[in-house]
Amino acid sequence: MSAPDPAGTGTGAAPVPGGAEAIRIEGLRKSFGPNEVLKGVDLSVATHEVVCLIGASGSGKSTLLRCANLLEPADAGRIWLWGAEVTAPGIDQNLVRRHVGIVFQSFNLFPHMNVLRNVTLAPTKVLRTPRAQAQDEARALLDRFGLLGRESDFPDRMSGGQQQRLAIVRALAMKPQIMLLDEVTSALDPELVAEVLDVIRELAASGMTMVIATHEMGFARDIAHRVCFLEEGRIIEDAPPAELFTNPKDERTRRFLRRIVDAGRL
Amino acid sequence: MDEPQPGPQGATGPPAPSMGGGWQGPDLAGFSSRGPRLLGGGGGRRATVVSTVSTLVVLGVLVAVFLLAPGSATVRHAFFSPTNMWQSFIGNPKKGYYSVGAALWLNIRIFLVAEVLILILALLIALIRQSTSPVLFPLRVLSMAYVDLFRGVPLLLVVYAIGLGIPALSLPFISSQSNSVYGAAALVLSYSAYVSEVYRAGLNSVHQSQVAAARSLGLSQPVALRYVILPQAVRNIIPPLLNDFISLQKDTALVGVLGAIEANQAAQIYASSQFNYSSFTVAAILFLILTIPLARFTDRLIERDRRRRLAGATT
Repeated sequence: MSAPDPAGTGTGAAPVPGGAEAIRIEGLRKSFGPNEVLKGVDLSVATHEVVCLIGASGSGKSTLLRCANLLEPADAGRIWLWGAEVTAPGIDQNLVRRHVGIVFQSFNLFPHMNVLRNVTLAPTKVLRTPRAQAQDEARALLDRFGLLGRESDFPDRMSGGQQQRLAIVRALAMKPQIMLLDEVTSALDPELVAEVLDVIRELAASGMTMVIATHEMGFARDIAHRVCFLEEGRIIEDAPPAELFTNPKDERTRRFLRRIVDAGRL
Repeated sequence: MDEPQPGPQGATGPPAPSMGGGWQGPDLAGFSSRGPRLLGGGGGRRATVVSTVSTLVVLGVLVAVFLLAPGSATVRHAFFSPTNMWQSFIGNPKKGYYSVGAALWLNIRIFLVAEVLILILALLIALIRQSTSPVLFPLRVLSMAYVDLFRGVPLLLVVYAIGLGIPALSLPFISSQSNSVYGAAALVLSYSAYVSEVYRAGLNSVHQSQVAAARSLGLSQPVALRYVILPQAVRNIIPPLLNDFISLQKDTALVGVLGAIEANQAAQIYASSQFNYSSFTVAAILFLILTIPLARFTDRLIERDRRRRLAGATT
């Protein structure tokens, strides 16, 4: 996988993609007011690994992803990307975020820009890719994810599934080495979920390092190398899917999975 | 129910579905799915007749009251004398009065210059007030005090304060400007306070998730503001902005109190030298001609925005 040339590699502080361990998180804590959402999370993700985060709403999955992308500043704990600490003071967050794409539950596309501009904005403004080249690359990505021909449409003219695929394309246009997916199918009508999951499968097959917060248990079981079960701001259990789904060690994991099965979601 | 009844519910709802039995949904006289219209748009001939008749009746009553009032003849001569209106419109410096029509050019120039400066100054103030950096804290307090001050003090007093106070300071350059410059400065100071609040509402109307999306792509704060936040914010506030500018167009008349010969001041001079107020009617008509196109333009933008939102919601 070709790494983008981060303009600030010379500073020594910015992470440079490469190495076996893509993400390392230690003792991550995060509160919103009196509400402590993350109560000390440790997580390690290897390069090319796909890790799924499962757990009830409010267990801290989304906050964990947002902290990993530095969208939320951590209260305590440290985060490394490829061995470089990104929670260190003085780190250029914009530089870090170039390598880490995130896709949100509610798409968060830019409604005032057409499809092509949604995709090319960041490459042209952040990486200073020439416009023509950025557009060519955007078209190639749109083609890969079945959106070619929609370049001049505005996001509100597209289905939810198309919008979410566009959001993934927009993140990929920055050529990130890590993708964080935050319940990307939760806002979709059931019949549109599959097309987005297929896109994620394709990404996983291409070797993308991914951390996926999801409620789609069947999908997590298929795609993940490891599944982490979160409850009340802690990772309760961290195991390969075959083990976690069939033979969970922790009573809390068993209780959660039982509720999922009862609801017919697994 | 056999007569279509106008109802407010038609203003928002889609066209009523057919109710069966061949009965078409009521047209809701004028409140079609295209939003409230001035005239009964899709109302057919009957609605047109009704609206025409009611308009004529209302106008007729108003004109009758005006014509039958005991002092009608005096008022008509004082305010609507065609000779005086024409005289004040073209002006006659030899007789000591100016053309109201030519003086309007000053209003237009003041408006155009003030508008641009207001848009810039108000945006700066709004951005400072929305900033979170601790370094900018003193500026935040200052901009808040500024908005409080200039929204609270009547515009007329600001015009006097600037127009009489600054020259009295006897500063080089600053104190030797023309009255229209001081008047325009007062308008800029006062309106920027209002417009900055409009901007702020616009910035707040852009959801926080848009900031997150932009920053997550590696865009820096200023770049995210420039390409993602501001365009959406400005789009949301164009109607209220234009509304403020319609108001600004007429408030350029206040510059006249400093002695600058703008349309209202020219009319004033005519009235006091010729003892006839028809010049004020001329000024009023000229201001109307100036503001009405902008008002209709605002309506069109609001309508376009509404249609776009409707289209977005149905796909």
